[in-house]
Amino acid sequence: MEILRDVNLHIHCGDLTAIIGVNGSGKSTLLKAILGEIPHAGELIFLDAKNNQTRRPVIGYVPQKFDFDYSSPTSVQDIFVALHTNKPVWFSHSKKILEKAHESLACVQAAHLINRRLGSLSGGELQRVLLALSLDPKPDLLLLDEPVSGIDNNGLKLFYKTVSELRENYDLSIILVSHDFNLVAQYADWVIFINDKTVACSGSPEEVFSNQEVIDTFGMGIFKRSSGDSGGADN
Amino acid sequence: MSSLYHLIDILLPFDWAHHVFMKNALLGVLLVTPIFGLLGTMIVNNRMAFFSDALGHSALTGIAIGVILGMNNPLWSMLCFSILLSIAITIVKNANTASTDTIIGVFSSTAVALGIAILSIRGGFNKYSVYLIGDLLSINIADLIMLAIVLVIVIILWMTVFNKLLVVSINQSLASSRRINVRFYEYLFTLIMAVVVTISIQWVGILIINSLLVLPAAAARNIAQNMRQYHIYSISIAIVSGLSGLILSYFWGTASGATIVLISAVFFLATLGLRLKLQ
Repeated sequence: MEILRDVNLHIHCGDLTAIIGVNGSGKSTLLKAILGEIPHAGELIFLDAKNNQTRRPVIGYVPQKFDFDYSSPTSVQDIFVALHTNKPVWFSHSKKILEKAHESLACVQAAHLINRRLGSLSGGELQRVLLALSLDPKPDLLLLDEPVSGIDNNGLKLFYKTVSELRENYDLSIILVSHDFNLVAQYADWVIFINDKTVACSGSPEEVFSNQEVIDTFGMGIFKRSSGDSGGADN
Repeated sequence: MSSLYHLIDILLPFDWAHHVFMKNALLGVLLVTPIFGLLGTMIVNNRMAFFSDALGHSALTGIAIGVILGMNNPLWSMLCFSILLSIAITIVKNANTASTDTIIGVFSSTAVALGIAILSIRGGFNKYSVYLIGDLLSINIADLIMLAIVLVIVIILWMTVFNKLLVVSINQSLASSRRINVRFYEYLFTLIMAVVVTISIQWVGILIINSLLVLPAAAARNIAQNMRQYHIYSISIAIVSGLSGLILSYFWGTASGATIVLISAVFFLATLGLRLKLQ
């Protein structure tokens, strides 16, 4: 079954690229194709600063929906340790590993969640823990699939703020599937609108949000950007 | 072995502990309950309680195949059949044709029916009924050695692959994004389960083996906040239920496996009460 065709995109290093589109348009599928979870006939080329082809980058991924057993006695620390060592999580752990987990969580303002059970986290808290997991090991490319439900507005704002800070502090590209156009307008450098199985238009938030097809689809007004930083070298 | 017996005599100067069969059963319980406590945590994590139940029931067919092949001890035919069955269930489950419980139900009932049909030829089913309730008191030194080997293997596996199994059990996409081979660990775990269930079935019994696997972990889950507590509680509850159940069955004259399960069930109810109270 064809879900997307003729997708031709440049993602720049240091940029936050937002993907928008109606439900079921294939936004999440595009992320999964980049990850390699879904087969595709296209080609992904990763370039370094001198435009030479480079190794496959480390990709961090936060899924839209993270299904797990809410009653499971798995703490945030358990999942961090399980991903970073082979020593069983029910053993005592070296200070180094615990500090590393603490550090990763602190990056997304979630250090206080380390001893909580996964099932007791709110949608926003879980999202930040997943973001922390996707940042360790440090990714070159971060794929974020924003959840449609389960996160309140404050949680979402905090999420965008954190993501934006990450981009400033680390040299990474971010592709974000988003549903909140205000936040996209505020934080994204580049916006891709997916419609009718392909990239209908892409450009700066001003360009995309003033595109007639986008306006016809979502029926919205013009958005203003608050900051104007743009990307670095090609990645 | 005699020094071990001597040690038991010193540690447990009671009448019931003087019998050699009780000493063997005691050692058997000490070997088998930690395995159940450990494996149970992952069985409950993976929602595989019904799967392990099916494995237990498939032992009947394994015995039947052994009988057809003229084996004295059907252990090997039981092992082969339960491994084949667990692989078959996993393959069909991954094909996503029906819900997991339906698939397991289909395989489980077919295996049981096949086993009963073969074993009941010429009305001879009664002599196999020992497998239904098991007999912990019949455990001998060779069995104990085999159990010790299984315990060592399970512990080594748990020390090396537990974290991967845990990540796979939490979320398969997360596991594959970390380049963990989900299928490999899925098969590895079902294989360990098949082996442990089959080897312990003659002492614990087809009807109750699953309760022993699931109850300690389910009880631990009621009160555990993280993986360490989960394991400590599960293994402790398994060992305490095993020992107290064995001793009580001696005095009550009841089947030891069933008595152990009842004690585990009391633990489950107690921890459930505790959990409801804390909520």
